[in-house]
Amino acid sequence: MSEAEATRDGLRNQRPGREARGAAGGPKRRGRRRRGEETVVPDAEFRSYYGRPIIKPPTWKAADIAGYLFLGGLAGSSSLLALGAELTGRPRAARAGKIGGLGAIGLSTVLLIHDLGRPARFANMLRVAKPTSPMSMGSWILMAYGPAAGVAAATDVTGLFPRIGRAATGWAALAGPAVVSYTAVLISDTAIPAWHGAHRELPFVFAGSGAAAASGLVLLAAPRSETAPARTVAVFGAALDLAASRLLERRLGPVVAEPYRTGRGGRLMHAATALTAAGALGAALLAGRSRPAAALAGAALLAGSACTRFGVFAAGVQSATDPKYTIAAQRPAPE
Amino acid sequence: MGRISGPLHDVAGDAGHHDHPPRMGFFTDTSVCIGCKACEVACKEWNAIPEDGLTFTGMSYDNTQGLSADTWRHVAFIEQRRPVEPPEDYAGVDVLGMAADGAAADFRWLMASDVCKHCTHAACLDVCPTGALFRTEFGTVVVQEDVCNGCGYCVPACPYGVIDQRKDDGRAWKCTMCYDRIGDGLEPACAKACPTESIQFGPLDELRERAAARVERLHADGVPEARLYGADPDDGVGGDGAFFLLLDEPEVYGLPPAPVVTTRDLPSMWRHAGAAALTLIGGVTAAYLAGRKR
Ligand code: SF4
Repeated sequence: MSEAEATRDGLRNQRPGREARGAAGGPKRRGRRRRGEETVVPDAEFRSYYGRPIIKPPTWKAADIAGYLFLGGLAGSSSLLALGAELTGRPRAARAGKIGGLGAIGLSTVLLIHDLGRPARFANMLRVAKPTSPMSMGSWILMAYGPAAGVAAATDVTGLFPRIGRAATGWAALAGPAVVSYTAVLISDTAIPAWHGAHRELPFVFAGSGAAAASGLVLLAAPRSETAPARTVAVFGAALDLAASRLLERRLGPVVAEPYRTGRGGRLMHAATALTAAGALGAALLAGRSRPAAALAGAALLAGSACTRFGVFAAGVQSATDPKYTIAAQRPAPE
Repeated sequence: MGRISGPLHDVAGDAGHHDHPPRMGFFTDTSVCIGCKACEVACKEWNAIPEDGLTFTGMSYDNTQGLSADTWRHVAFIEQRRPVEPPEDYAGVDVLGMAADGAAADFRWLMASDVCKHCTHAACLDVCPTGALFRTEFGTVVVQEDVCNGCGYCVPACPYGVIDQRKDDGRAWKCTMCYDRIGDGLEPACAKACPTESIQFGPLDELRERAAARVERLHADGVPEARLYGADPDDGVGGDGAFFLLLDEPEVYGLPPAPVVTTRDLPSMWRHAGAAALTLIGGVTAAYLAGRKR
């Protein structure tokens, strides 16, 4: 880059954005300030250091960590539904929940280890139990949940040790909701405005989204005669997810909530809303009458939940990457 | 475990150190920084930090761009064309040779050497699940690279965007305030190399006094925009172990205007997560009770 030439009259052809006077923000404007523009802009518009992020976006890979947020929510909620189904005499729905729980948590663990910079050192997660670290707490929550989910599924499929199986099913159902909602704390406990500012609502979004996903799984895998409560759960989960999401955006305010509405995060969140709402409607109105409709509704609920988690993740990345969100969260615009 | 937010006088003691030395810190006085980058170089040399990309950014003289796993001191260059009221006797001085058309009157150059803040309440340390990040007896925050498993949690947790993961290595790295040097009574490499004493190292209490005096002096000299950043123990991170004297708003230097240690809200986060878990249990239980087969 050597277009800039120093002449007696000053710099010619200086690169746009040379002067850190900081003008209007937004990803699009970055580095595209017009040359020679004399902006003695008052602080109505935010200033930054060449538009560079103030905080670091997560180094986590979306496929791993957003995938984990989805699967963890699916696993924990499935275990809860499995217990409900078992206690009310719905064995095939119970089995779907147990196998779903084990499969989802197994895959989650693989994703979590894969995302580590030093996978061989994953056992260091259990080196300490640290209340200030949601990831440390989460590791112990997974330790409490995973084996129980495994025993519950194994005893169900093999028919061996039914009493142990019953206990494991109960234990997994108790630990499951912790798996579902702690992941909200995991991402809220960061400096990312779209996550941290949403720490009150995110657990409810995740709980609703997890319930919707698990009901979707049961709708897909169990016969119609056993899915009545799961259809109710679908409506409950979708309503909780969508309502909490709206509250979340309102809490953040128009600027900080922007990543949930625009860009990749916005597209995923819109898709999530459409899929979750359609799935819940399908579950409530059609899934009791036809198996294909139930399967379709179930698939929509699962896809909606996945979109929610990937959308929240993408919104966080967007929120960290543009300094205007960090500044807006810390310096609310004077009225 | 100690307090998670608010002022905290004995940081090292709170972390379990007994008979520890005074809390050590950096005072970076950007008003005398000349942008020589000796600190960047000295830091890289002493700590044997790998090369971090050779790019031409066009961001003034800053091709380093920011702090990262491989940059533990970063000198920011800010070119400003803002109305400056030059004192009488400086009027007409050719500022930095760029004074064509009388531009000197409203041109100024800010330079600042950024570094890890060694926060009183360090989010990176709080969220680290392995205990790799720890509080030293000097009150500083250091990563034990033989423990770090590269989970990356500290990266988005830091309110200053300091710590980062080294790509090929997978682990998190940042300034150690030259833990190996200060333990031996030496000053950190950057402070040692700084030719203008823009970077000052010493017991934090002393530095805070010195900094307060410096701001007063600058105000008296007609630099009303001089201000301290990170020196207040009542701020969102309980004050920084490495604080600054700035000549403009923090965001102009790429610093957050009012950072908060994210763990301050952790109790509220867990409460809401607990309530959400109970809501989930309640909703599902109700659905199955309603659907009981008789
Ligand atoms: S500035 Fe960031 S990396 Fe440094 S101690 Fe504070 S939280 Fe940790």
